[in-house]
Amino acid sequence: MPQPESTGLQDRTADDQYAGSVRAGLDALDTPVNSAQGSLLRRIVGKVLPPIAAIVLLVLVWQLLWAAAFWPEFKLPAPVDVSSQIWQLVTTGKIIELFWVSVHRAVIGFAISLLIAVPLGLAIANITVVRRGIGPLVSGLQSLPSVAWVPAAILWFGLNDRAIYWVVLLGAVPSIANGLVSGLDQVPPILPRVGKALGAGRLGGIRYILLPAALPGFLGGLKQGWAFSWRSLMAAELIATSPDLGEGLGQYLHNGMSLSDISMVFAGVLLIFVVGVGIELLVFRPLENSVLRARGLTRAT
Amino acid sequence: MTATVEAGETTITSGTEVRPVRFHQVGKAFGHGQKAVVALDQVDLDVYAGEFVCLLGASGCGKTTLLNLVAGLDQPTSGRIELSSSRPAVVFQEPALMPWLTAAGNVELPLRMAGVPKAARRAKAAELLELVRLAGLGDKRPHELSGGMRQRVALARALASTTDNTGSGAGKPSLLLMDEPFSALDAITRDVLQGELLRIWRATGTAILFVTHDVREAVRLGQRVVLLSSRPGRVVRQWDVDDLSGAGETDAVDEINAELRKVISSHAAA
Ligand SMILES: Nc1ncnc2c1ncn2[C@@H]1O[C@H](COP(=O)(O)OP(=O)(O)O)[C@@H](O)[C@H]1O
Ligand SMILES: [Mg+2]
Repeated sequence: MPQPESTGLQDRTADDQYAGSVRAGLDALDTPVNSAQGSLLRRIVGKVLPPIAAIVLLVLVWQLLWAAAFWPEFKLPAPVDVSSQIWQLVTTGKIIELFWVSVHRAVIGFAISLLIAVPLGLAIANITVVRRGIGPLVSGLQSLPSVAWVPAAILWFGLNDRAIYWVVLLGAVPSIANGLVSGLDQVPPILPRVGKALGAGRLGGIRYILLPAALPGFLGGLKQGWAFSWRSLMAAELIATSPDLGEGLGQYLHNGMSLSDISMVFAGVLLIFVVGVGIELLVFRPLENSVLRARGLTRAT
Repeated sequence: MTATVEAGETTITSGTEVRPVRFHQVGKAFGHGQKAVVALDQVDLDVYAGEFVCLLGASGCGKTTLLNLVAGLDQPTSGRIELSSSRPAVVFQEPALMPWLTAAGNVELPLRMAGVPKAARRAKAAELLELVRLAGLGDKRPHELSGGMRQRVALARALASTTDNTGSGAGKPSLLLMDEPFSALDAITRDVLQGELLRIWRATGTAILFVTHDVREAVRLGQRVVLLSSRPGRVVRQWDVDDLSGAGETDAVDEINAELRKVISSHAAA
């Protein structure tokens, strides 16, 4: 044991020092140990390798099925044809236009949804009358496929961006609002009480306790809201095709169908998948992970 | 009061002394009409400045309810509570730390809500963490701390929430309310924390109203032990247990235990 250095320590009675060292020992024993993780390279390899292997396997099976000619060529394209289709989009730069048209619509639609859904969610969670009145409606809307709104939207707004945004909003707003409501509902009741005991007023309690406590549930809602807005957008683009609307991924897919070009259709599906998953992986996953990790709620990924 | 040894002190404190908490025939019932549960009935209880009072009672007798009334988290249905302290610091049974904040962030939270500037907040939080012997662990997250450490952070946070230093509470006696704060901890940790609490009590001079169902704990910590009956909760008896040691402490524990058993078994008969 190190010798006490300061005079203050020596002043204490032996009893006190003993109790102090018991406390220090308890603290040392009790503190959870963060298990040492492998090197960065190893962790990245461990995370990236399994999905790559799965994709390689999938393409392999596809290639084999194609080579065995189970289905005619116009039903199952060769992997090579699909990849050259995509490569062509890349070299001509058309892929940028496709991505831009679709992604910027999805992002704007998502942003507007957010602006509507947050006040809506707050109102449902905090005001009993609103919860009883609108709550079931919003939950119900969540299970209504938003593509069902496309015909109505086209009749109301015509073939234009407004129709598309309408469909996206009806897809995303319920999920985001519901996520916020369930996030707020799951806040342990002890936390607002503690907040009140610590001197939080009504607004302070919302700002400093309720909203941060609801963040994990809200992020879940955001993630789902993004998935819904992307899905709704693709449905809308697929159905509402018109030269005025510009060509997004949905229209590209639609064109593939019209041209009976199965490799184009496959390329379209692949690109839609890549964008949807990519935004989830690049934006929402890191956001969610950092929030959960800070709270000690990490899950295995 | 049976304080005979320190007569000097009791003479000064008689009569006009400040009492941070005074109950006036306080009653609390939950629900209305026939189904109402009377949790507290005609409770009279005073806590003197700097005094350590342990409130003892069986589970469900209304201890938490009483503490909530003092903390202002709930309102009495009859009688009134006169509070002349600064805002009481409250420690709950669970630490209930905010999981998104670090230990220091949790201690700073009440200061942040009171609008204390950042630098002052930092300094105060560091000082309080030092007081609960957690200096240097301020940037740990709650999940990285043990149960005992979390409860100490909760204590530091509660102490930060009193208005002692800001305008409204300055000059008033301070008050710490604790609701079975150590009951979820293992025996060794509880023992150590009881020692720490006594040290902090001596260092800060705050009055403490400490709720427990553990007779031994009540006698070890308190200067006065108040026994509450169950359904409805009433003050049954009080013991002066200040400065007891050895045999005196054991006797007091036995006596209070016997009384507590009597209170509990009276319910079996009813
Ligand atoms: N919010 C409430 N609504 C109805 N009854 C309650 C409520 N809170 C406490 N009670 C009742 O009041 C009595 C005292 O409870 P409590 O103060 O929690 O006891 P203790 O803390 O001593 O274990 C119990 O019978 C309990 O059931
Ligand atoms: Mg209780």
